[in-house]
Amino acid sequence: MIKVEHLTKYYGDFLAVNDLSFEINEGHVYGFLGPNGAGKTTTMNIMTGCLSATSGHVEIGGFDIFEDPNHAKRLIGYLPEQPPLYMNETPVEYLRFVGEAKGLRGSELNEQIDKVIEQVKIQNVKGKRISALSKGYKQRVGIAQALLGNPKVIILDEPTVGLDPIQIIEIRDLIKQLGQDHTVILSSHILSEVQAICEKILIIAHGKLVAFDEPDKLEQQLLSANEIFFTTDAPEADVREALSTVAHITDLTIETNETNILSAHLKTDAQDIYSVSKEVFFAFAKRNQALLELTLKRATLEDIFLELTETEAPSKEKKGGEAV
Amino acid sequence: MNAVLKHELRSYFHSFTAYVFGAFLLAIVGIGAMLYNLQAAVSNFEYVLSFGTIIFVVIVPILTMRVIAEERKQKTDQLLYSLPISTVQVILGKYLALLVIYLIPLLIISIYPLIFSQFGDVYLPTSYGSIVAIFIMGAALVALGVFISSLTDNQGLAAGIGIAAILFNYYSVSLSEYVSSTAFGSIVALVILSVILGAIVRYLTRNELLGYGIAFILIAVITAVSYIDPNVFEGLLPNIMRQLSLFDRFSTFVSGVFDLTAIFYYVSVIVFFLFLSVQSLEKRRYN
Repeated sequence: MIKVEHLTKYYGDFLAVNDLSFEINEGHVYGFLGPNGAGKTTTMNIMTGCLSATSGHVEIGGFDIFEDPNHAKRLIGYLPEQPPLYMNETPVEYLRFVGEAKGLRGSELNEQIDKVIEQVKIQNVKGKRISALSKGYKQRVGIAQALLGNPKVIILDEPTVGLDPIQIIEIRDLIKQLGQDHTVILSSHILSEVQAICEKILIIAHGKLVAFDEPDKLEQQLLSANEIFFTTDAPEADVREALSTVAHITDLTIETNETNILSAHLKTDAQDIYSVSKEVFFAFAKRNQALLELTLKRATLEDIFLELTETEAPSKEKKGGEAV
Repeated sequence: MNAVLKHELRSYFHSFTAYVFGAFLLAIVGIGAMLYNLQAAVSNFEYVLSFGTIIFVVIVPILTMRVIAEERKQKTDQLLYSLPISTVQVILGKYLALLVIYLIPLLIISIYPLIFSQFGDVYLPTSYGSIVAIFIMGAALVALGVFISSLTDNQGLAAGIGIAAILFNYYSVSLSEYVSSTAFGSIVALVILSVILGAIVRYLTRNELLGYGIAFILIAVITAVSYIDPNVFEGLLPNIMRQLSLFDRFSTFVSGVFDLTAIFYYVSVIVFFLFLSVQSLEKRRYN
């Protein structure tokens, strides 16, 4: 449905999007995740034809957004970060304009307007001026605008920013509903939100795609963040010997305190963290040495997010430093 | 384009702008008609129009100041960029809406000569020729206003620059008599104009090479010509100022000549500024 190839965008000397490539298939809700300033909005603006790219291609349903913007844009509904609303109009007037600009006419236009008003539940404010609406309702009008013309792809830039908790839940439910009939792409810097709504996540840091998968698989894929803590009264040499028989250990730190109790902290990249903890247990059991404590820490999406977005930065800066 | 046109018209009638514009235009023409046609009993309606042109200095910027500046301020330009309509369609839609707003009071005004002709001898071809001419001249000023509005997100600034630009144009013929008519004066002025033009091109295209290149080439041409034949520049600056004046050309129509070169000049000005407006809007896509 959407193909982004080697997309690069410079603002003057600032590199906002760095050789970004990914492909999005029809259906599903996709989440664009990244810290502030990672290039989410820039990428979305380019995908929707609001911004030019320095180099690279974007294809929407087979139409190039730069070469054939009219066809490509008809397949997209876009809600920018700040909903682009004409404040002194009513939602109905506003939607009429957007519908006409999208090429809808006559009874089809009226039907579509009624349909989206119902979909985003703004029936009771449709005759009020937009300037008088609450932020949540403004956001809904913005989403209604994106839905007009029944586009295949709906792109929402931080759709829940600045809303109160109840409004956030309502908008999230709405997005989930939209995901049944459309391909929805939403951006957010809030991890729990993306986790709650999206079926697939793209993590972007410093203008680069650092991960693209389903939330569960992302967790599995990056299990190097899985950790095991244990304490034992065996001497350090014995501990190292015992652990040498255990596979999938990527990192090991051992600390000894005064009471000869030794605490170890190991990281593993194994798919199944329990198999590792079992091996650790039996390694000590065979040697007839006791484990006093054994704790597992599974990596959450939060850890992955932090690891991906933070570790990328220094390596890139180092590269830049070398170049200079 | 139709969608933009309809939307703009609706928003003008929602706000006061269209009414203020129409009221001012009708008021000044009404005063003029009273002074010339009624009190002085002159049968030439075109004198009234000639008298009324000064009002354009104020009402055109009032009409055009918000047309693009407001979209930027409210960030609704993002919507326009994301809709399946081109920038040319956006500018044309907006421009045509402005012309409709402008045409409404003018249609009312065009009844006046008919009314006066009931009471005396009115030479209608000159009256209507002048009405057509004032429409096209105003349309050129509106195009200038659209361009100025596209440069900023501040309506007030757009209005201020618009008033200054149109006022300068209005008085450029009178001013031309005071500026230096020597060759040296003209050369200096042309060099300054070349630099300004280069700066505008650089701002619009964000291409430093192109901007400075244009300025450099123009200055080179001026220098070359001034070595070959400095007499070319004698009296050139006042001449250019007279030529650029939109208002001065209108006086030809008032004296009873339907001047096609003037019409052609007005249309060129319209095309030029609408083209610049499109470029100015397009430029935002590259930022």
